[in-house]
Amino acid sequence: MFCWLLRKLVVMPGYIANYGYTDGSGDWYIVVDSDKCDGCGKCVEACPQNVLEIIVDDYDDKVVAIRKEHHKNIKYVCAQCKPVSSPRDVRCQKACPSGAISHSW
Amino acid sequence: MITAGIDVGAKTIKAVIVKDNKIVARSMNPTGFEPVVTAEKTLEEAVKQAGISRNDIKKIFSTGAGRKSIPFADHNVTEVTADAKGMNYLLPSVRTIVDIGAEEARGISSDASGRVLDFSKNDKCAAGAGAFVESMSRALELTVPLMIEISHKSTKEAPINATCAVFAESEVVSLIHTKIDKADIAHAVHDAIASRVSSMVRRIPIEKDVALIGGVANNTAIVEAMKKHLGVEIKVPEKPDYVSALGAALLAAA
Amino acid sequence: MTTEFYRWTENTWKSPDIDWRKGQTITCGIDVGSVSSQAVILVDDKIYAFCNTRTGSNSPDSADKALSISLKDTGMKPEDIQFIVGTGYGRVNIPMAKKAITEIACHARGANYMGGPSVKTILDMGGQDLKGIHCDERGKVTQFLMNDKCAAGTGRGMEVMAELLQVPIVDVGKMSLDVKEEPEPVSSTCVIFAKSEAIGLLRSGWTKNMVLAAYCSAMAHRVVGLLERIGVEKEFVITGGIAKNIGVVSRIEKELGLKVKPLSPDPQIAGGLGAAIFAKDLLLKSRKAA
Repeated sequence: MFCWLLRKLVVMPGYIANYGYTDGSGDWYIVVDSDKCDGCGKCVEACPQNVLEIIVDDYDDKVVAIRKEHHKNIKYVCAQCKPVSSPRDVRCQKACPSGAISHSW
Repeated sequence: MITAGIDVGAKTIKAVIVKDNKIVARSMNPTGFEPVVTAEKTLEEAVKQAGISRNDIKKIFSTGAGRKSIPFADHNVTEVTADAKGMNYLLPSVRTIVDIGAEEARGISSDASGRVLDFSKNDKCAAGAGAFVESMSRALELTVPLMIEISHKSTKEAPINATCAVFAESEVVSLIHTKIDKADIAHAVHDAIASRVSSMVRRIPIEKDVALIGGVANNTAIVEAMKKHLGVEIKVPEKPDYVSALGAALLAAA
Repeated sequence: MTTEFYRWTENTWKSPDIDWRKGQTITCGIDVGSVSSQAVILVDDKIYAFCNTRTGSNSPDSADKALSISLKDTGMKPEDIQFIVGTGYGRVNIPMAKKAITEIACHARGANYMGGPSVKTILDMGGQDLKGIHCDERGKVTQFLMNDKCAAGTGRGMEVMAELLQVPIVDVGKMSLDVKEEPEPVSSTCVIFAKSEAIGLLRSGWTKNMVLAAYCSAMAHRVVGLLERIGVEKEFVITGGIAKNIGVVSRIEKELGLKVKPLSPDPQIAGGLGAAIFAKDLLLKSRKAA
């Protein structure tokens, strides 16, 4: 675990990915910190709408990403966990052991 | 008591006159570039239709995108409030209202007395609203009524991915080039809009009865597609474009 | 439809003094975007040739076309290229590419090559998307944001306006700056709304230049809003076709209070160039392993 962390910080610093969009109604992004994500996939299993997937990125690391078909409707597809007025139960964030995934709203 | 409601929409302006809780006149005109002038004209037409004089109207409430710009309105109300009130008058069993206008779509959850409990909007984006339908009809080089007609004859699915009316227009053009039947494209267009509006509506609790209003509710292909996506029976009142204006008129009488 | 006003000039360039036959590595990057495609040929560390062409109805054909145009009159044949990397919207469908890499990573590398290690923030205004990218001094991505839901702020949005006003898209920038005073911007959130607003403005007596100024201003506003989400640090560069529109670029500079570092030879080739550089890395890695 320590070696992995060392490698991440010294050899291959990660990046922050913002998946989603901005339109007239606001900013709707899922933010992934690749430094904190080790590709464990717990968030993928927790998501009731199958929004997430684990990919191998351009720098050959396993990391979580949003499925292509959901890039443009994040606001609506995440609505189950983040409805307009009822209390929120954001399952992917709860499932992640390192806080790698978050929402901009 | 006689009251009037004026719905200043992005595409059309509607006026409804209510006398002692009964609808006595309805009138509509394209908004054009001078909404105040058009609103005045539309109200005058409704007045004539009702066989009354302008001074008989006790109160005028405005609603719609341009509701704050009408100088002769006594008060303005939000579209959401007006929709819920108008719908409650026409069909009191309705608890979920979907209003698809020219440039905006709304999902409203209301109670038995027509009060708004919750709502979600798809605003400031032409996708998932009437402007999308018009944009696509241009790309298909068909009138909107013709596009609706052939859409019912579709036999195959055609893919339309775009969540933007501008991108969808280019997609449709390339689909036509690959010789896909226009009927299938038309069907896919309606399906795409319904899918988008349904996702928006699912942000609020969906309870029967569900109604569809707004100008786009006249589009039978959209109604079909919405039923499929939401998985419920959908009621469309007579003259669905006027529900907002009706609601405003009723609120003026309250 | 007679003249198509939205058509920007396709271009191609070839180095007059490099002899590719003497190169140690000959690699190529092909970027098939939703509106334009580029092929960039890299010989050792130098750009040998490139071309900018309009994407057709299918990806493999567009890649082929871009490649053959850039190879024209060079004596080089596709078989002479030692490694090809594909990128862009159509990257999964470029048959001659050995590997596909995201346009985010490629843009960062390409911008780093053209602008130098001081480049920190890249704005890519593509044909159908907007990207904000932060990179380090080696051109590696440290943060990115991509918005491809709307036409607002993209090349396609600009094409719609050019078509509406019947103005060749290459003249838009210049015309938008030729106004007595800066007008109020139109809707920055939706091209369809901006278009209807523009029609209304024209009717009320605005000149074409004023409407173009209002639209360029709206575009700049949208783009700056997007960038502010990730922050802007010097040096700041713009890639993609709209980088060539001075009307939009100057207004972005004004709103950010920051000058854009110009990129040469062509800001539109950043993706293809980055892909060609990745191709060189992969080629050298495979030679070492052999």
